[in-house]
Amino acid sequence: MSNGPVLTSTIGDGRLELSASGSWTARHAGELERLIQSVSTGGAASIDMGGVSAFDTFGAWLLERLVRERRARGQEFRVTGLPDHYRGLFGEVAQTNLEAPPPAARRNALLSGLESVGRGVAAAGRDVFPYLNMLGALGAAVLRVIAHPRSFRLTSAVHHLDRVGWQAVPIILLITFLIGGIIAQQGIFHFRKFGAETYVVDMVGILVLREIGVLIVAIMVAGRSGSSYTAELGSMKMREEIDALRTMGRDPVEVLILPRVLALVIALPILAFLGSLAALYGGGLIAWTYGGMSPDIFIERLRDAISTTHFQVGMIKAPFMALAIGVIACAEGLRVKGSAESLGLQTTRSVVKSIFVVIVLDGVFAIFFASIGM
Amino acid sequence: MEQEASPEIVIRVRDLTVGFGDHIVLDRLSLDVRRGEVLGLVGGSGSGKSVLMRTIIGLIQKRGGGIEVFGVDLDRASEAERSTIEHRWGILFQHGALFSSLTVRQNVQFPMREYLTLSQRLMDEMALAKLKMVGLSPRDADKFPAELSGGMTKRAALARALALDPEIVFLDEPTSGLDPISAGEFDQLIRTLQQTLGLTVFMVTHDLDSLHTICDRIAVLAGGKVVVTGAMEAMLASDHPWVRSYFRGTRASAAERRQDRQPVEVR
Repeated sequence: MSNGPVLTSTIGDGRLELSASGSWTARHAGELERLIQSVSTGGAASIDMGGVSAFDTFGAWLLERLVRERRARGQEFRVTGLPDHYRGLFGEVAQTNLEAPPPAARRNALLSGLESVGRGVAAAGRDVFPYLNMLGALGAAVLRVIAHPRSFRLTSAVHHLDRVGWQAVPIILLITFLIGGIIAQQGIFHFRKFGAETYVVDMVGILVLREIGVLIVAIMVAGRSGSSYTAELGSMKMREEIDALRTMGRDPVEVLILPRVLALVIALPILAFLGSLAALYGGGLIAWTYGGMSPDIFIERLRDAISTTHFQVGMIKAPFMALAIGVIACAEGLRVKGSAESLGLQTTRSVVKSIFVVIVLDGVFAIFFASIGM
Repeated sequence: MEQEASPEIVIRVRDLTVGFGDHIVLDRLSLDVRRGEVLGLVGGSGSGKSVLMRTIIGLIQKRGGGIEVFGVDLDRASEAERSTIEHRWGILFQHGALFSSLTVRQNVQFPMREYLTLSQRLMDEMALAKLKMVGLSPRDADKFPAELSGGMTKRAALARALALDPEIVFLDEPTSGLDPISAGEFDQLIRTLQQTLGLTVFMVTHDLDSLHTICDRIAVLAGGKVVVTGAMEAMLASDHPWVRSYFRGTRASAAERRQDRQPVEVR
């Protein structure tokens, strides 16, 4: 592409004579716009386009804009010498932007802020319904499957169990092992000040079995498996696979969601159990290496400190947390709309809400177990 | 965009070989595209039409051969030369490939924003002008791609492909998925834009009506090579078995009859 645009103006007989040359193209459009704006306003004028070497829609529009601005002020303005092969283009461009663009809505910042708060609250309230809906649909699907056991998707459930259960084992073990070790180290460090190091075993045992084991595992599973459920179902929704399933007379809840949620409900207690073992192992290892407590003493103290009640309290919570994660992940997946952005948004929401609900559930269970004396 | 007296070759493909694993898709293929023409590329499913287009625009690595665009060998082009060439072509992907998180207006403005320094006012006006040229109204400008119908998506994607006033436009099955009326309108739109803007159009298509209506030349891809190039008459005269069954099959004769009945208006 050649030289930039040139616009020279001369005044003769009270008329403004503009003469254009160079390339009036997209590449030079910014420069050209400034050139045109700097043209002095005045009476009648004309522009000679004969010297223009290249001309595209950008140049054509800027010329058209100049013409319109001049004529809007009631001034005479003529375009002369436009090469024939650019006439069609100029004519086409002159047909555009005739109707005024719809005005951008300008609103009071305070009011729109209030409005967004209100909408947010209303949306948060409405958010509960898809989850309840999903829970109900899931219950109905379970009943149907009990009535017709052959319609249960065993292969799919086993596949998901492999993905969310078996394949999650290494990372869950590693993280809970580290967390058990960290709790033990912190306990030993602080309890040492008043010679209560042996109580570290009680702390690690009770904390891990009752709370931390299942909570950490549930949060990990929400991030790892819940997000993948949302993304999978969301992209199926985007590509109309879910609609296709429905038209073939199959209930997506029964075919896609039940096996996934069931896999989570089975996998999470197992993972929580394995995670608790790994955390106790990590705690014991740190008590030995950092606190100088031999493994025999650790196991002996652990036997005194914990009872099956603590273990039960942890394990009872796990399937409920799994159900919450599964329901939220699948409901968010089905709320995905057409765009890639919406898929990302719902996946984020799914993870954030699952983790939130898991923690709330944990608190509710803590109150419950305290009141029944477990 | 000066007018050319003799047909200048804008894309020159020589001995191009492309393969995936053991499978050779394009085997020493050669093809020329002349300035200002509409070239239709046809071939059976899996014959490598899209692969050829994607190789020319640099989305697929080639194994051998050379591609020259505007006389520049793409293998030897510097980063700056390549970038200049990329500003001079626009691509309409088969499914539009509009950015789903941007509105139609922002999609059209995206190339302008990235490559040009323009005032917001000029960008808004240009986006609306381009949308008008492809037949969309200003009301559609603030819609998101998910809210558009199939035909509107293609039009919006065409507006984005034309955003920088390219000299070559690559169209990948522009009329696929459109009903015959919309497909016909889209063909006319391409023809009109091609004439007013002086575009060179490289079009991968299956649509016999498009081939009849708007293509100046047709290239047939079979067995990894271009087996015939030329106008529709050359296709009908060809002895190649695939070409014969494609252009003289029942669907082809129906398309031809339609053409005879309704002479095409070309502005």
